Amino acid sequence: MFYREAGQYKTTYAADQQIFPIRQDRIGIGVILVLALLLPLVASEFMLSAIAIPFLILALATIGLNILTGYAGQLSLGTGAFMGVGAYSCYKLVTIFPEVNVIVHILLSGVFAAAAGVVFGLPSLRIKGLYLAVTTLAAQFFLEWCFIRISWLYNYNASGAIEVPGREFFGTLVTGPAAGGISRYYVVLAIVVVMTLLIKNLIRGRIGRQWMMIRDMDIAAELMGVRPLVAKLSAFAVSSYVCGVAGAMFVFFYLGAAEPAVFSITLSFQVLFMAIIGGLGSLVGSFFGAAFIWILPILMRVGLPALGVDIAAETVFQVAQMVIGALIIFFLIVEPHGLARLWAIGKEKLRVWPFPYA
Amino acid sequence: MRMKTLLAGSVLMGLAASFVAPAIAEDSVYIQLPTYRTGPYAGSGIHIANGMSDYLAMINARDGGVNGVKIDFDECETGYDTQKGVECYEQAKAKNTLVFNPWSTGITLQVIPKSSVDKIPVLSMAYGLSAAADGNTFPWVFNPPDTYWDGLSAIIKYIGEQEGGMEGLKGKKIGYIFLDAGYGREPIPLLDNLAQKYGFEVLQYPVAGKEMQNQSSQWLSIRRDRPDYVVMWGWGAMNPTAIKEAVKNRFDMSKFIGVWWAGGDEDARAGGAGAKGYKSVSFNNVGADYPALQDIKKLVVDAGNSHTPADTIGENLYNRGVVNALYMVEAIRTAQEMTGKKVINAEDMRLGLENLKIDEARLEAIGLKGMIAPIEITCSNHSGHHPLFIQEWDGEKWTSATDWFSPLTEEVTPILMQASKDYATSNAPWPTRDDACPAN
Amino acid sequence: MDMLYNILIDPFVQMVDAPDFLIQVVWEGFVAGVLYALIALGFVLIYKASGVFNFAQGIMVVFAGLSLVGLHQKGVPAWLALILAIGIMAILAVCIEKFVMRPLVGQPDIILLMATIGMTYFLIGLGEVIFGGEPKQMITSELGLPTGSTAFEMGERGLVILQHIDIAAAVIALLMVGGLAVFFNRTRIGRALRAVADDHTAALSVGISLNQIWAIVWFAAGIVALATGIMWGARSDVSFALEIVALKALPVLILGGFTSIPGAIIGGLIIGIGEKVGEIYWGGLVGGGIESWLAYVIALVFLLFRPQGLFGEKIIERI
Repeated sequence: MFYREAGQYKTTYAADQQIFPIRQDRIGIGVILVLALLLPLVASEFMLSAIAIPFLILALATIGLNILTGYAGQLSLGTGAFMGVGAYSCYKLVTIFPEVNVIVHILLSGVFAAAAGVVFGLPSLRIKGLYLAVTTLAAQFFLEWCFIRISWLYNYNASGAIEVPGREFFGTLVTGPAAGGISRYYVVLAIVVVMTLLIKNLIRGRIGRQWMMIRDMDIAAELMGVRPLVAKLSAFAVSSYVCGVAGAMFVFFYLGAAEPAVFSITLSFQVLFMAIIGGLGSLVGSFFGAAFIWILPILMRVGLPALGVDIAAETVFQVAQMVIGALIIFFLIVEPHGLARLWAIGKEKLRVWPFPYA
Repeated sequence: MRMKTLLAGSVLMGLAASFVAPAIAEDSVYIQLPTYRTGPYAGSGIHIANGMSDYLAMINARDGGVNGVKIDFDECETGYDTQKGVECYEQAKAKNTLVFNPWSTGITLQVIPKSSVDKIPVLSMAYGLSAAADGNTFPWVFNPPDTYWDGLSAIIKYIGEQEGGMEGLKGKKIGYIFLDAGYGREPIPLLDNLAQKYGFEVLQYPVAGKEMQNQSSQWLSIRRDRPDYVVMWGWGAMNPTAIKEAVKNRFDMSKFIGVWWAGGDEDARAGGAGAKGYKSVSFNNVGADYPALQDIKKLVVDAGNSHTPADTIGENLYNRGVVNALYMVEAIRTAQEMTGKKVINAEDMRLGLENLKIDEARLEAIGLKGMIAPIEITCSNHSGHHPLFIQEWDGEKWTSATDWFSPLTEEVTPILMQASKDYATSNAPWPTRDDACPAN
Repeated sequence: MDMLYNILIDPFVQMVDAPDFLIQVVWEGFVAGVLYALIALGFVLIYKASGVFNFAQGIMVVFAGLSLVGLHQKGVPAWLALILAIGIMAILAVCIEKFVMRPLVGQPDIILLMATIGMTYFLIGLGEVIFGGEPKQMITSELGLPTGSTAFEMGERGLVILQHIDIAAAVIALLMVGGLAVFFNRTRIGRALRAVADDHTAALSVGISLNQIWAIVWFAAGIVALATGIMWGARSDVSFALEIVALKALPVLILGGFTSIPGAIIGGLIIGIGEKVGEIYWGGLVGGGIESWLAYVIALVFLLFRPQGLFGEKIIERI
């Protein structure tokens, strides 16, 4: 009843094929965007810096992984390393070309990550599934080793870490320690929204459909004229590009400085869990998953003591880990398509409300 | 429904925000203690966390806080993970912490640039960025009583003494086994400098963080290269593994010297009887006989207000946690005296840290006389290059192997100043100090 | 030219110069390899019976070792702690079968793999909540395992040191493989296991209970994990840092094949010895530390030429 597309006639192909063909969806997206734009008015610095910004960035990384694992069906455990490539190349670009706008650097840094992704994606032409997971693990460990061992990457700093210098964007400081949470938030929001829209279009288009064909049945796809070489490597490239941009943003807009340990396998798993819980092969799910995995431990950490539950700091940490582990199993059993599927079910119910079915 | 979800979401988020809203009660100050009682570094982190919490709890219980101002503290679990560390920092900032003790070199590096913007002093006791000792460039960062470079120079000085003077180092081979991260790499420039000056050779043995428990290759290489001494920069699970491997490979333990963070009781105990003779440089004595520690035992641990096992009080890392808390408490006291306020804020705390002076008389009054050397922090020198000593594992516990002695300050200072200048230029525009230090 | 000399000739000169050292390096690699092989063995058992790639084997090793040491620290005598630890692994096996495997039966491989990753996280949290996060020392001597070492003189300066615990590890691994071989080939349950591994549906139709078999397999993997935990714990400490080292079992399996027990053993030894020799003799050329990825790269190269592994039973899905 609330969510019914009856009466919304499409008279042109263009109208029928737009991203959000249903009016309610358009309104909903608009409302969410407006709320996101208004968030800094009500949110504290902590909410912006420790919740909203990392959530958006990790959601973008999850989208990156989802392109590869959810849409193209190639399991990757190397997301953290690809994010690292983005972060380190962005750092190098910023220090080599300090006069160029930092946003340009962030978008460019993904290109290097894409190159790394293609190189480590090459074995996917011969193998798949679990075997491919091992090659992405090789990428993870090898790249991590490079971040530590190649001092050129961090400009021979004694500390071995990359530090983000302050950079301006249209007169406002957006990176570095002095940049306020609000300006960083708006830049992150803008990049994430634009990239999500671009990826949505990519997936609706020819390339995205090829990826899904490869995922669903590679031999059939090949028979129908999809070239696996192009499809798989493009999936690796686009996925790594998005992850690389997310990695650069993670350091430049959130962490402020990074040691190689930031891009360890733990980060890869974190992003993978976001993709699973959110729902593989769903963009909106990426946002749900990131929100869930990122915000749940913070809520537990901050919320339980406030509710009067006397619990040691480390126990919260451990229990959060148990809960996440259990939830992953729960989702895989009950709803393998993740939160995105629950969302779709909810929409379906709304459509026929107040009747149980139409 | 969509609106409902959104509403529910925003209510939830609002709740989250209200939880962290500043909660300043009358006459109390808040300090957040980032700790790690889980993860691969927990073996070291637990004792530190216990020492810090217990000392602060004891001050509250015995003295009713500092000059009547209670210290309201809680722990934030970082798991030694930089992501969680930043989250803890944001939370600490929102709750107006007086001071932030990152307890991880990685997290320290992350918060150093933020500290001057957020005006929260960072107390990284004998870890973090060595260059931060330069108070003119890093007004908000404190690393007393010594930097890593001081520690390394003290170890080299000690080795020199064993070889009959610094000339004796000529032609010697010194192995350096380190955690392959910012922490372990930091001393390398100074090590190379000293090697050039005194004519010894340095052999590096990096240990990757995730391979901490699998060091047989490094120790095989050490066996092959036969260095005269091995210096270790380890933390967490790396230490016990290294000591075990050294014993296994029959390396002469008296020639194996660790930094202060490689000096946990459990680290050395892992080596069994063979670990006897292992040394580590230190800035605090062990033992539980100090009156202040007895007060902790009586008022906090025996009263059941702590998870500390009673027999770990007085162990090296526990006492070090106590020292860290001691610095904070004394800095609060100093700040109170200087500002005349009872409830101080983070900016006053910086003032207190910058003028921190704990002399013998003060230590006696606190009940920790003899545990640490007297310390003094000044505006331009945030570390102080204080005396250190070498301790030796006798198979059961740590004992002093030397008296207190000074590190090679004259070697350290020039490269320290250079490093701090480099840091400021590579992070330009680096904020300058608004109140210049008096020239000294 | 120098470069080529350093890569192609110098390492071999070193090997010939100090044969005792080479023996020591190979021995250390062998022992590490035995431990990799034991972890890989746990993977293979489960993969054969249920087609599940058990990512949680590493954490099962930690969990088993932790239960043993943790119970002993709480005052339980060593022998009882060992029995209780075996009991805990049995309970764990039944729970995994009942709450994870049974509901997920028939799902794609990737889903099952992810479920075991979820299990890993759950077990890490659980282990830390129960036993605390700090590393613990293995109760080697209390369990009656040898702790000393024997040194063999070789030539003038040569010295090869063998740790008794390492020899014990090798012997126990051998016994375990032998025991498993007997179990698989000679017992009723073992035959049922092989039937399940061959064809689930056919096994079901002749009256084999899949659920029971799976619980038994997970229990067997749990026992292997306990043995691995004891051995590895004796070499370093029992701590959660072990869990990442356990990932090394993946390249071992690629080399050995996912379904072959001898493959797991030989693959483990190749990886163990290969990475030690590589690190000691060639690692210095690029700054050391190549051990962290060398195994994966060996596996990668292997995948390109022989994707089914050395002893793999069937050709894996290839394109």
